[in-house]
Amino acid sequence: MRTKSRHFAAVDILLILMTVIPLLSVMVLKVLTTPQSEGISITGAQIYLTVPMPLQDLYITSAQINSWAVIISILGLCLYMTHGISVKGGTRRQLLAEWIVQKTESMVKDSMGDFFSGYAPFIASIIAISAFSSLLSLLGLYPPTSDINIVGGWAILVFALITYYKLKGGVGSYLKSFTEPIFIMTPLNVLGEVATPISMAFRHYGNVLSGSVIAVLVASALQGLSSLLLGWLPGALGEIPFLQIGIPAILSAYFDVFSGCMQAYIFAMLTMLNISGGFPQELYEERRKKKLEKKKQKQIN
Amino acid sequence: MELAIGIILGCCALGAGICMGIGAIGPGIGEGNAVSKACEAIGRQPESKGAVTSTMIMGCAISETTGIYSLVIAILLIFVAPNILVNVLLKAIGLM
Repeated sequence: MRTKSRHFAAVDILLILMTVIPLLSVMVLKVLTTPQSEGISITGAQIYLTVPMPLQDLYITSAQINSWAVIISILGLCLYMTHGISVKGGTRRQLLAEWIVQKTESMVKDSMGDFFSGYAPFIASIIAISAFSSLLSLLGLYPPTSDINIVGGWAILVFALITYYKLKGGVGSYLKSFTEPIFIMTPLNVLGEVATPISMAFRHYGNVLSGSVIAVLVASALQGLSSLLLGWLPGALGEIPFLQIGIPAILSAYFDVFSGCMQAYIFAMLTMLNISGGFPQELYEERRKKKLEKKKQKQIN
Repeated sequence: MELAIGIILGCCALGAGICMGIGAIGPGIGEGNAVSKACEAIGRQPESKGAVTSTMIMGCAISETTGIYSLVIAILLIFVAPNILVNVLLKAIGLM
């Protein structure tokens, strides 16, 4: 593919712009709207807009806008990687895209079984959006995953999927599974069922939020320490932030990069385990056989 | 009045400290156990290092959950609860 046509290159540039522009525009929006404040402070997501709604006002916060920017830029990245895809070898980015697809497919097959092998795109998109949202804090933006509402939404989606696959074994057996091993255990079983999405959401959100809180605390402590050490020097010499150079970066490497990617992996892994673990395969196959037999009998009649 | 607000702020800080301190014990012990067993397993079978390490990190992150809960509660106690509680106090007295 050495002789790229001009059209191909133009589409490439457009796709790269589609990846970069959402992030840049979010950064510009943040710079324009952040109120000037003295020192370092810990705040939640910034509210950009308030839409009046019948029950409660709908707040359009930076978390929502950042997550939509992440979604658009991931879409751009995917389109860029699969642009100009060909059967014969192809470009470097095609190899990368193929590697990602193969990895997720083998991971999903390993942990979910063959029945759920169609779930690879869903799992890959969960990993991608979660990891990129957490990594957004490297750009100095508000990471959407440190807002409970965003992660809670994902957890509710996953919970709906889990319940859907549990219901595939029949409503009766689903309701009966709450009374096992004895009927006295029913409230505990219901609690355990409800706790799944809550614990998934809190695990992810708490990890990312704790990273940003600790980073802010350490940064303010370093600020105080360096002004204590150099404060006796006259003029601008006393305000050199020499301790703030480098040390927060090490923390950020752990809390933002490692922890963010780790939590994305764990969220996806728990999704897979919960969906495939709750699915009653034998019951489903029995029901399917019965349905097929009924259909046959109807046709015969 | 000042005394009441001071008691609220102090108790919030104290509660956050106790919450985080006790909440960190369980995950600490759990993760320590997990890592020590993983080290033993790697020592016995060095060739299985990759699989053991990835499983260990997964298990560590899951056993960390209860610690994260207490951390969330501590953060809420420090940054969110004082405002709400002081407002409740002021409303009860009738100043607001």
